[in-house]
This record gives sequence, structure tokens and C-alpha cells, in this order.
Amino acid sequence: MNTMPRAASVLALSILLVLVPASGQTPDRTVPPQPGPPPNFAMKPIQHFTLKCGLPLLLIEKHDVPLVQINLLVRTGSAMDPGGKSGLASMVAAMLLEGSGNRDALQLADAIDYLGATITSTSGQHAMAVRLRTPLVRLDSALALFADVILRPTFPAEELERKRTERLTALLQWRDEPRMLASVAFNRALYGTHPYGLPVLGNEQTLKGISRADVQQFHETWFHPNLATLVVAGDVKPKELLARLESAFGRWRQAAATAPELPRIEQVKERSVLLVDKPGAAQTVIRIGRIGVARSTDDYYSIVVMNTILGGSFTSRLNDNLREQKGYTYGAGSFFDFRPLPGPFIATASVQTAVTDKALIEFLKELEGIRKPAESLELARAKNYVALSFPSDFQTTSDLAGHLEEMVTDDLPDDYFNTYIPHILGVTKNDVREAAEKYIDPSRLIIVLVGDRQVIEAPVRALNLGPVTVQTVTDVLGAPPVIENGK
Amino acid sequence: MKHILVLLLLVPVLAFSQEVRLAVPYTKFILPNGLTVILHEDHTTPTVSVNTWYHVGSGRENPGRTGFAHLFEHIMFMGSANVPPGKFDQWLEAAGGNNNGSTTEDRTNYYEDVPSNAIELPLFLESDRMGTLLRAMTKEKVDLQRDVVKNERRQNYENAPYGMASIVIDENLYPPEHPYHWPTIGYMNDLSAASYEDVVEFFRKYYGPNNASLVVAGDIDPVKTRRLVEHWFSDVPAGPAVLPPAASPAVLSGERRLYFEDKVSLPRLYMAWLTPPLLTPGDAEMDLLSSILTDGKNSRLYKRLVYDLQIAQDVYSYQGSRQLSSSFLIVATARTGHTLGELEQAINEELDRIRTTPPTRREVERAVNQYEAGFLNRLERVGGFGGKADMLNGYEVRTGNPDYFQEDLARYKAIDATDITSLAQQYLRENARVVLSVVPTGKKELASGQGKEVTVR
Repeated sequence: MNTMPRAASVLALSILLVLVPASGQTPDRTVPPQPGPPPNFAMKPIQHFTLKCGLPLLLIEKHDVPLVQINLLVRTGSAMDPGGKSGLASMVAAMLLEGSGNRDALQLADAIDYLGATITSTSGQHAMAVRLRTPLVRLDSALALFADVILRPTFPAEELERKRTERLTALLQWRDEPRMLASVAFNRALYGTHPYGLPVLGNEQTLKGISRADVQQFHETWFHPNLATLVVAGDVKPKELLARLESAFGRWRQAAATAPELPRIEQVKERSVLLVDKPGAAQTVIRIGRIGVARSTDDYYSIVVMNTILGGSFTSRLNDNLREQKGYTYGAGSFFDFRPLPGPFIATASVQTAVTDKALIEFLKELEGIRKPAESLELARAKNYVALSFPSDFQTTSDLAGHLEEMVTDDLPDDYFNTYIPHILGVTKNDVREAAEKYIDPSRLIIVLVGDRQVIEAPVRALNLGPVTVQTVTDVLGAPPVIENGK
Repeated sequence: MKHILVLLLLVPVLAFSQEVRLAVPYTKFILPNGLTVILHEDHTTPTVSVNTWYHVGSGRENPGRTGFAHLFEHIMFMGSANVPPGKFDQWLEAAGGNNNGSTTEDRTNYYEDVPSNAIELPLFLESDRMGTLLRAMTKEKVDLQRDVVKNERRQNYENAPYGMASIVIDENLYPPEHPYHWPTIGYMNDLSAASYEDVVEFFRKYYGPNNASLVVAGDIDPVKTRRLVEHWFSDVPAGPAVLPPAASPAVLSGERRLYFEDKVSLPRLYMAWLTPPLLTPGDAEMDLLSSILTDGKNSRLYKRLVYDLQIAQDVYSYQGSRQLSSSFLIVATARTGHTLGELEQAINEELDRIRTTPPTRREVERAVNQYEAGFLNRLERVGGFGGKADMLNGYEVRTGNPDYFQEDLARYKAIDATDITSLAQQYLRENARVVLSVVPTGKKELASGQGKEVTVR
């Protein structure tokens, strides 16, 4: 096994320095070829501007393919849904594309599609994003539509009813999806009534309570240049871009808005099992976790490396054990969902029904094991995997725009990406062990199982993991929504 | 030194007649053992993708051994003579690399994406398993990946709502002896039956360098890379000649109306037809027809079923292009209180309309513009599935010209509205199709028309 030099900022060495054996010679296969020093990585420069209306702009130029990606981030999201209105932010995001300026929903869609452009709009917990991707030659027309969507949505009442029915039907379909059931049950068990515990889409009751006035008001409250940021990547020059953006967004008005106070997030206090019955299921969906930590933590790099060893790569302990050694699953893994407030840590797999208890034993063994010192080779592999593959994540305009979004939502400094590799390579064995001790506590976990109760309940109870609660699909999602449908 | 060339000949006004010329320069050579090699430079990031296609897929399987080509793909990661079990992935990860493989009816592909300083590692790994896989093969490795693949099948088919529909459709579009009759994932019993001896036979028959092609793309020096490829792959012995796949053309001589029950809340309708093979005349037309039917709010079926009538939760369609024969599918899910019969009637009416009246110029241009933008998107990423390395390999295999991007796009731009109408008439016939209803358990009455219940397996 090769180990990479600790510093990533070693000289920029191209493959020219790789020793090239003469062809025809029989290759020596007894040892794998050792990579040369890693190539130097520097992100393309990030350019900062502010439009006259106060809207900040981040730009990365990339001129090899004539495409432009322009994303608007607004500092609001589902975590800002008013009480009793969960699903509102997500509905607002969807409704932006249902009519704007002087175009109705169909005309708007036709205009965007005709350009070969795409505009999407989504709501996360703390950020809403409206994203435009367009061939350069259609930039002017596409940008005009993009500005319409953001500044001049019309929120037609009949489209709101259409979206409502579509979403109520989606809630109905969640009953069919074991992984969706596991996710909904897990989030609620972990976060209770905190917004993180509620589906972003809302539930039947809250969806039915969203009015056109709610949608309008949410948009009026949050869509202001001082609460938003534009990120751009692609085949554009700053001067031309700024002129176009000034004419599109120049008259956008500022206004103050205050985010609501969110409830405190409490860590899991004991280990418990929630079994959701899905009769006849061929597999059990396992989702094990607890409260993680906010993105701003000083332990970020240690956690990334620790989780890579535990369940963040193909050769990680969880996947190697449950898939490559035991054959219980098609894949097992774990992740920390980093957010402004502590998001969840989750370890997960779908396992053959008959081995549910055995799989749980292995999960807990690995969650226990990660708290002991890692092997040197495994640590080196995890660090290299994360650090050395990092540059490959900067290939496309949407990759670059995505990284700019990350800077905005996670409040990262400009040099973040260029110092990422040395930060990862600097993580020590002790850092990993401390992160595991601090954030992975096998005695304080929520274990959600979605599977065939008749087969799995007794063996799972016999493991004595903690109190076991059994729920039906209806306990998790409520009764099937009542949907008044059709015109 | 060449970079991607994307030449734009702009016309002053924003019209749609402008020429976008796509070009992905490459060099190509064939080793004495028959391995076709293609190199492409792109220095956007210091990354290299090594992409290998073996010209064998589930279509080559024997009866009773379905799923084997895909199981074999998994076994390819279990080590070879000089790569102990587990090391394939460990060594790549230690170098900052990612890898994967995938299997279709027609081919099996593998990629390793690594930082450019580690270019030699995937060449060693790929050549070692191409040359020496059997020297490290054991029954235990086969058994282990058999369990993994069975769980892949459970996760993506059996435990997924509507997951078994695609299997039933191919079983009914194609006769039992046709290579596309059975699923690539395989039947459970056949996966249980696969043996060590099958692995040996399959490898000897299909995994020689003469039945493969290799692309190395990204941050490379083509001269040095050629020498590296020659160094690592030249001693891999050629396998027996592999004849191109063949099958009597499948013919549907009537309508097959079927249903099965599933653990779902809403019934879903599938309509399927046999259509022209990948990259043959008619294939691109069916792609455009699919866009006109179901891409975007203004597409025919979306607008009618989902937007106007609101009797469907979703509708989508696609031309599933394959080497010997393609299939065209329309899929729609009924809303609560609506039947698959209502959906079918509305779909039939829309198909009648497209069979008799050509789509408008705007409909065609809208679809072509979307395709054109899609081609630009594909030029940005070198590695992974569907990246430039994978595309170069696919074009080489299908056309002998790795840089077929512009020709591929030109197929779409050459289509006019009447082509679409005549293709719809020729292929989307009511008397030559499979109509499958997937209904909630205990609700057979929701199936469309008088159908036959099928057993899923």
C-alpha cells in the first residue's frame, strides 16, 4: 500500500515525470505501480461583485464549453416554514415556475424549454435555490425568464390547487417506498416537532392549509437582494455578465426579514428501536443514527475522515463487512448531514429480511469499533481517497456553481477549497478516534427498521437493543390523504 | 496539444439555425492482441478516466443462467492473479480513485477515475484482471457476489414499487429465445444455479482483449499514455474470435394485455412497442417523439393527462435504444379515483393525433433544442458513466468512430415533423404492443381492459 505525502501542495508535477517503461518489456506485476506526487490543485479564481441593488455575486469563469449556470440562493427554506404550515417553502419554490411576468405556466415552460435551457427551483432546510442552466447563445433570453421567475411570479390560484393535489398524491405514494418510510419515521423520531423532524413537503393537514396569500407573503418576505446571493459559473466574462445582471435585477428592492427562532435540538438519550411493519417486504431498510453536529464545527475534517473509514466509501468498514464479507446487502454506508444546526448522523443499508438481526449486530459492532484507533493503512487510504479525488469534483459548470453555493450556505472563506486537501491530509489517528468518541455513541441511537414484522420482530427483540416500538405505515404517515381530484 | 473544440459559428440574432459543431479529438490504435485503444486529452482538471467496454451483455447468456453477465461484472472486482481480494478497490481509493461497472443486454463497461499522477494504477488493474482473473477465481468469490447481486435484485426490483414491471414487459415484447427476453439482473433461481465453471467459460469466451475496447481520457500525454497502455496490455493473450450478436427480429403479432398486483397505492399503466435499434434510421425520431409526448408541461401527454385532465400523477416515455432492437415505452400513473382505462383512452387519442397530424414546427424545434443542450452538457465531464470517456467508447463500439458526437446530434437536427408522424404510424400500432397494468393488491378491477394475469418472477 502506498501512502501519499502529507502535503498536498507538493510541486505541480505532471505525468511527464512518471517513469515510462519501454513497451514490449514484460510488466512487473508483483507490486502495484506507485503514483507520483499528486498534481497541484487550485480552484479557478472566485470573483466577487455586488449589483447596484445590493445583490452579491460570485463568479467562476470556465470557457471550454459554451454553457452558463446561474443560481440564485435565498436565505430561507423549510426550516422557516411558519408553525402549522410545513411544506410552505417547498410549495413557494414549486410555484415560482407556475407563471411569471406576462406568461402563464404553460407559456413559461414553453419559453424555457424552447431555449434548450432548464430552470429548477427547490427548497432545502435553510436555503432556497433557483437554478438556470443555458447554452451561452441563449443567455439573454434565458436570463430574462430567470429574472421573471424570481421577481415576478404570479402564483395563479388554479396552479396552486394543481400542485396541492400533486403533492397530496405524492404523500400517498410514499406509503409504497420503504426507504421514504424509513426516512420520515427516522426524522420524526430524532427531531420531534423541530422543522428537521417534518417532511419538507409537509403533511396532509398542513398542505391543505396553504393559501395563495401564504405563498405570496412568503415570497414577499424573503425574496430580496440583501437576503440572496447569485452564483455563476461558465463561459462568461465579468463585464458582459454584470451588465446583463444589472438590467435583469437592478431594480430589486431590499427589505429586512427575521428568521424565526428554532427549537433546541436535544441529543438522543438512550438506544431504542422503531419497527415499521411492511408485510411481505423482501428486505428490511435499516436506518441507524443520532444527532450529528452543525457544519461550523471545528471537528469537520476529523469527522469527514472518520466517516469515510466507517461508511463513506466502498472499502469502508460498513460496506466491506455487510456487503463484501457477509453478502447481506447491495450496499451499506454512513454519512453526517451537515447543516447550520446539527443535522443527523445516519448509518444505513437495505438487507435481506432473514438476516435483519445479524445485520444489526454488524452495524453495532462497527459503530463500536470506530471508537478504537484506526489502522494506519486504513487512515491513510481514507485521507487520500477524500483529498486526492477532490479535484475531480470541479469539472463542470454545475460542479463549480454547486461549490459556490456551498460557500454561501456554509459561510466558507474564499480559500476554503484551496486549503481543503491539506486540511484532510492533516487529520491524525487521534483526531479520528476523538471524533468517533464524541459523535458516535452506540448506546444512544435511534434504530429504524422498515420491514416484514412477522419475520423480523422476534429476532430483533431477542437482541435486547433497547425499547422496541412497533408502528404501522399509517402510524408513520397518517391515514391515506383524502384527495379531491380532477377538474 | 489539443483541447476540446467546440466551435460556435454565431449568427447575429438569436435564431436557432446557428451551427454548433461538437468535436472530441482522439487518437486510436489497436494492439496486436486485438484490444482497441482510444486516447483523448482534456486538461480541465488533473483527472484521468480509464474506461473499458467488453462487448458482451446479458443477451449472450444461456437459458437457466440469466443474470450471469451482471454477476460476472461483480466478480471482476474480486481480485486477479496479482491483485489480492479487496485490493482492487483499496488501492484505487488510496490513490484518490473511484470506480464502477455496469451491465446491459449488449455490453459490460467499467471505469476507474483517478488523479492523473496515478494513471498507471488502473491500467495495471484492468490489464491484470483481463489477463489473469481465473488464476485467482474461487467458488467462495462467486458465492459472495451471488448474495450481493440477489440483494441488488431485492432492492431495485422486488422491494421497489412497480419494480417488476420492466421484467414482465421484456418477457412479453420478445419471444423466449430472443436475447432481450430475460432481465439483465436475472432470475433468482438462475442466480442460485450459476457456478464456478460458468465463470471460467464466460471469461474464456468473452473477456479477451479482442472483444474489448479501452479509452483513456483526461489529463494525459497521448504519446506517453500509449506507451503505458502497450506496456500493461500487450502480454494479455487474445481470446477466441467472438461473432457479433445476432437474433431473428422480434415481431409482435397482436396486442398483449396483461396485469399483475403489487404493493402499490396507485395503479400504473405501461404501453410498450418494438422500435428501430440504436443509431439506425428511426431511432432518433423515436427519441424526439418521446420528447414531444412527455417532456415538459407542453408535451402532448403531460399536458392532457397531468396538466389539463389531472387524471394522472405522472407520465413519461422513452425510446430504450439497444443494439438488436429497441423498445418504446409510455408509462402513466392514475390519480386516486381514476382508472387506467381512462388513461389508456386519452393516450390512445393522443397517439391517433400524432399518427395523423405532424407535430408543429415549434414542438419539433423545442425538442431538438433540448437535445442539443444535452450534447453540450455531456462534453463537460470526462469520467464516470456517460462521461466523455464512456461516450467515446460507446460510439466506437457502435459506429467505429469514437468522435460521433456531431453525427449523433445531426440525426436529431435532420428530422422534420412528417418523419415523426410516419414513424408513429409505422411503430406505435395498437395491434402490436404490450399493455401492462400494475394494480394495488386486491384491486384487479383497476386493470385496463380484459387482460391476463401474469406471474412475476
